[in-house]
Amino acid sequence: MHKRFLLFLLPFCFTGRAYCQADSLMNMLNDGAAPKKKENVTATFKATRIINSSSVENLGAGVLDFRIAHRFGQLNQGFENFFGLDNATTRIALDYGITKWLMVGIAHSTFNKENDGFVKVKVLPQKEHGMPVTVSYAGYVSVQTAPAPILPPGDTWLFSNRLYYAHQLLIARKFNDRISLQLMPSVAHYNLVDSSKFSNNTFALGVGGRVKLTRRIALTGEYFYRLTNADLLTSGQRTYNTFSLGLDIETGGHVFQLMFTNAQGLTERTFIGQTTDSWDKGALHFGFNISRLFTIVKPKEFRKEEATSW
Amino acid sequence: MKRILLTGCFLIAATSGLFAQKYMTRTGKITFNATAPNSPEKIEAINNEVACILDSKSGDIVFQVLIKSFKFERELMKEHFNENYLESDKYPKADFKGTVTKISEISFAKDGTYNVKVAGKLTIHGVSLDVNVPGTLTVKGNTVNAKAKFSVALKDYKIDVPSLVADKLGKEATISLECGLGQK
Repeated sequence: MHKRFLLFLLPFCFTGRAYCQADSLMNMLNDGAAPKKKENVTATFKATRIINSSSVENLGAGVLDFRIAHRFGQLNQGFENFFGLDNATTRIALDYGITKWLMVGIAHSTFNKENDGFVKVKVLPQKEHGMPVTVSYAGYVSVQTAPAPILPPGDTWLFSNRLYYAHQLLIARKFNDRISLQLMPSVAHYNLVDSSKFSNNTFALGVGGRVKLTRRIALTGEYFYRLTNADLLTSGQRTYNTFSLGLDIETGGHVFQLMFTNAQGLTERTFIGQTTDSWDKGALHFGFNISRLFTIVKPKEFRKEEATSW
Repeated sequence: MKRILLTGCFLIAATSGLFAQKYMTRTGKITFNATAPNSPEKIEAINNEVACILDSKSGDIVFQVLIKSFKFERELMKEHFNENYLESDKYPKADFKGTVTKISEISFAKDGTYNVKVAGKLTIHGVSLDVNVPGTLTVKGNTVNAKAKFSVALKDYKIDVPSLVADKLGKEATISLECGLGQK
């Protein structure tokens, strides 16, 4: 400490009584406070999925999320199929937050009768006045359980043919309370592709974001641009990059997501590399995600209270 | 020289009673309950990081709390509380600045419990309003325990309750406060 500073302090020692106004007490509280913790930025996105793809949001520790995602058939199917409403695919999922940075999930999709599981880890959280982005890793695996195709005698359909894997790095930044953006370098590995001229790996760069229109409604968007394997055929059909536009509506207890997308499948297998419909032809799918959260393990402050009231 | 000045400074400060007459804490507790009547789920939260200073001579008392450090049973409720209701990015703190009326009637040298009235300004969600709150001060040795319970109308503090959640979230919040203050 400097001598001058101490001399400056000296007069204040004598002004005891006059110094004691409520405002100065408040200043004392502020001055003496521990150096500000760099708080994690919260609510980069409203839900654990932007539209199809995972967001950097994790469930809280001990929170179970029951999710139902629904995609109707192509809008351009016309009145015959009631603009797609007659052909819907569904994914029913159970996600669970083990800790605040680790979540896992299992699901079943009707599209290709797929069972999938994933794990998502928040590696680095965005901080106020610190780390500029949140970085998460997500890994997925799924197995298709549709009946094996009819093969020439002597050929066997291997179980491994049904498997696929995907890995994503999710890098997101909440720019302000309205705008968040996420980059998603992704790779999908298909154990079986249509022909040997295709690679089993599709590398893609995804970008997603949201703009909050009001406190409870946000516009969302998501695009996966394939860096390799863009000419991939799946079951003989051409594939397209996936583009989705959606609306997040918060209804107090949960978030309701509505969207238009050209991917009918609901797993990374489809929307990273095997989307067979395109926006040009109006082959869009209308859909929605709903989620209901259940608190399985209560925070410790609330556990005690329960125990005494029983 | 430095040391002498420093000691001198502290001595004068100590004898003038500047430090001795203040009681403070940073670990006080506030809980609130904003559950609507007949709501299927409880809407309540706890904050264990309340800062408070009481000046036993003048009766001045201040409280301060960070909105983000309220803990909820449901994580989503906490997120909505911060994002949609209290807007903690814009208004990170709530505070109270006031005076304990008739502080001279309390003897801080003797153990005992006193019913007191506190008048002052309560600031929540960027809105400051005059409030008058009854409470108790319990003196025990070198500590003072401050307790109060009161209600605030959410509308007064410009906290909107959408009709969609009106069956769960009430129009008023009951706030309970307990701060164990130590001599500073």
